[in-house]
Amino acid sequence: MHMATTLTINGETKSFDAPPEMPLLWVLRDILGMTGTKFGCGIAQCGACTVHVDGKAVRSCVLPVSAVANHAITTIEHVGNTPSGAKVQKAWLDLEVIQCGYCQSGQIMAAAALLAATPNPDDSDIDAAMAGNICRCGTYVRIREAIKQAATGRQS
Amino acid sequence: MIIDKTLPSVSRRSLLTGGLATGFLLAFHLPLRAAVNEPVQPRDSTDGRFAPNAFIRIDETGRTVLIMPQVEMGQGTYTSISAVLAEELDADWSKVEVQHAPPNDKFYGNPTFGLQVTGNSNSIRAWWMPLRKAGATARAMLVQAAASQWGVEPASCTASKGEVAHAASGRKLGYGELALAAQAQTPPKDAAVKDPKDFVIIGQPLKRLDTPDKVNGKAIYGIDAILPGMKFATVAACPVFGGKVGKVDDSAAVKLPGVRKIVVLDDMVAVIGDHMWAAKKGLEALKIEWNEGPNAKISTKDIWQDLRAASEKDGAVAKSDGDIAKALASGDKFEAAYELPFLAHASMEPINATVHVKPDSCEIWTGTQIMTRVQSEAAKAAGLPVDKVIVNNHLLGGGFGRKLEPDMVIAAVKIAKQVDYPVKVVWTREEDIQHDVYRPIYRDQITASLVDGKVAAWKYKVAGSAILARWLPPAFQKGIDIDAVDAAVDAPYDFANFHVEYVRAEPPAVPTGFWRGVGPNNNVFAVECAMDELARKAGKDPIEFRRSMLTKNPRMLAVLNLAAEKSGWGQPLPARVGRGVCVQPSFASFIATVVEAEIDDIGEIALRRVTSVVDTGIAVNPDTVKAQIEGGLIFGLTAALYGEITIDKGRVQQSNFHDYRMMRINETPKIEVIVVKSGEAPGGIGEAGVNAGPPALRNAILAATGVTLRRLPIDRKLLAVGKKA
Repeated sequence: MHMATTLTINGETKSFDAPPEMPLLWVLRDILGMTGTKFGCGIAQCGACTVHVDGKAVRSCVLPVSAVANHAITTIEHVGNTPSGAKVQKAWLDLEVIQCGYCQSGQIMAAAALLAATPNPDDSDIDAAMAGNICRCGTYVRIREAIKQAATGRQS
Repeated sequence: MIIDKTLPSVSRRSLLTGGLATGFLLAFHLPLRAAVNEPVQPRDSTDGRFAPNAFIRIDETGRTVLIMPQVEMGQGTYTSISAVLAEELDADWSKVEVQHAPPNDKFYGNPTFGLQVTGNSNSIRAWWMPLRKAGATARAMLVQAAASQWGVEPASCTASKGEVAHAASGRKLGYGELALAAQAQTPPKDAAVKDPKDFVIIGQPLKRLDTPDKVNGKAIYGIDAILPGMKFATVAACPVFGGKVGKVDDSAAVKLPGVRKIVVLDDMVAVIGDHMWAAKKGLEALKIEWNEGPNAKISTKDIWQDLRAASEKDGAVAKSDGDIAKALASGDKFEAAYELPFLAHASMEPINATVHVKPDSCEIWTGTQIMTRVQSEAAKAAGLPVDKVIVNNHLLGGGFGRKLEPDMVIAAVKIAKQVDYPVKVVWTREEDIQHDVYRPIYRDQITASLVDGKVAAWKYKVAGSAILARWLPPAFQKGIDIDAVDAAVDAPYDFANFHVEYVRAEPPAVPTGFWRGVGPNNNVFAVECAMDELARKAGKDPIEFRRSMLTKNPRMLAVLNLAAEKSGWGQPLPARVGRGVCVQPSFASFIATVVEAEIDDIGEIALRRVTSVVDTGIAVNPDTVKAQIEGGLIFGLTAALYGEITIDKGRVQQSNFHDYRMMRINETPKIEVIVVKSGEAPGGIGEAGVNAGPPALRNAILAATGVTLRRLPIDRKLLAVGKKA
């Protein structure tokens, strides 16, 4: 059954028809046309689809829309408006972390959630927060460095 | 920024129809074509745009749009190609924008392949001089335009940052102001390119042009195409290689909300829905009977048995120096065989294509490494002339060779033919991994003899699939796949008696294709593993042993010496920690790599540190060179640690990232990449790091444990304490 669903995404109210079990990923991409959030595996193994729900990083490919109706959803398109998201985006560009970039929406969302919760993460905090995000181009060395730079505000 | 649509002021028609008659120009391994900077494109003077060749567009505001003959899949080539063009054009770098090229072999064919292909780490190598000449020619026309307006000699004018200046009179004109007049100039026959010492853009650590839109979700990949009225499809192909669709019961699927249509093709079934979720649910609800066909019994076990048998045959001789038979008859004899598995590409962006088939045309949105082949194959699938097929390329969410194949576009066209609206076809990760075009299995045998602690004879036989015989048939000559033996014939060492053979051995039914690192994948692994074993046999340090045979290869020796120094080679290490080295001259870059790894008592491996020193000649963007080596190392180490596709009952057994594993950030070591300054011509860099990791890690394991691994991926069981291979 399709049902009218209302979500709060990036501070805006969005209403649409979707089955309640439909993962948020496909609502974002295929119904709302917000393609910044990426499809990578469909089984929460790669993190390409990471978004924030109430500020926490979650995998939208396995998250039914019915579970997030009363929560604040933030996507890559808006994360630059949060303090940690802006710092992460800047550090990502300062250190030229990105190669193909396909996984980086998810990497940035995971890193921004990490910094919001843990402003000065050490290596093990970074491992714990970021090990769910695969980068096939292998940008991990720079991701680690950029998170530290974003945390300290240090310039490269 | 990246412009995703052909600008309206550029005549798409002229771009589409200008060069297709030449079709499949074969220039494989031939000298660069000379014609790239000639006026191959009809001038478009309707709007004041300066369009001196296929790559450069400057409008009256000075906006400088560069058209990219190679595709961007993460390797940074849009920035590097722009840097080469902008350098010779003396463009204002801050005003440069880039645009994906349309399909056209005549304008955008890679000079090495004669085909619009991005691969073999050769974008900069192949386009270095043609693009410099294109930039220099355009610059000369702008200077001529200014000089003639001022009534002065062109030689008395200078160009810099998008302006022509006449120092004597203090006059200046921007490229935008000169665009119309420059368009009317006759291009000089042989515009001089700069002396590299005068480069102001090339060699700088440039900020990438493609990354600002990649931090905020604005970058558009093929999978992100959105069209009015578009529907979404996903597919299930016969799980057995070569199998066909038998019976499809769609009675449950068609009742699901959002499911629009079931499309049954010869070898796959697609469900079209209002969104990917509906398409996936629809596919799950189908009952499909497959006609599995003759391959339902194949397994990797049998395929390996066949390859091992084939590799015992004599091969076609790819290179032979000295007297190999005589040299092998004396000295201390060494023999080993190295085996590499099937691998999937697993680009983070699963394969996809969006297609709109109309009665008299077909338009495609995708990300591909092979534009013109996509266009011609789509035309066949659509039953339309080639010039009725429009292909819009996009950023690629990883390519790694997978997108050198047009299969996903062909399938999407066949699906889209069944409906009148545009369809985005997206493969699930499972379908992507199980219907890949796989890096072939290889068996490489090396027979050598040692005399006075050096290699006196080296016989190397490669056995494996000939990818080129399928992918570029005219390049497959005399039974030799020049890709499969690329770094075998191009060994860096002084081997007086040197012999390379190739045995073509095609696995039954399993499609094989290029995978990042290509032929040197197998060659560098076998050569560098054998060199370490030979060093041990000779009682020498692995680096000292290599040095003694690099007397004619100063660039290789220099990077090896620096890698030894930077990695702390020779300094004491704890028990079960080892360092391993790899040297490689692949893709005309010279790279020495040291991996330091620790192996615990149960055989688990922790990567501690990687040091890589690279001499790639002139580094157009040194930071991109570093990034490519860092990422390439991880790509290769991932394969060494985890990568293997296995087949049972004709089916690929792996399906997603839980059983086809990737290295993650917590497994990533410190990586130090040092780019050596060099004035030599640029080498290739996108794939080189991939091939460095596996042999260096394997040699580190040998040093740490004494276990001689000759097969990838690494078998942890052999590394547990008390086990010997």
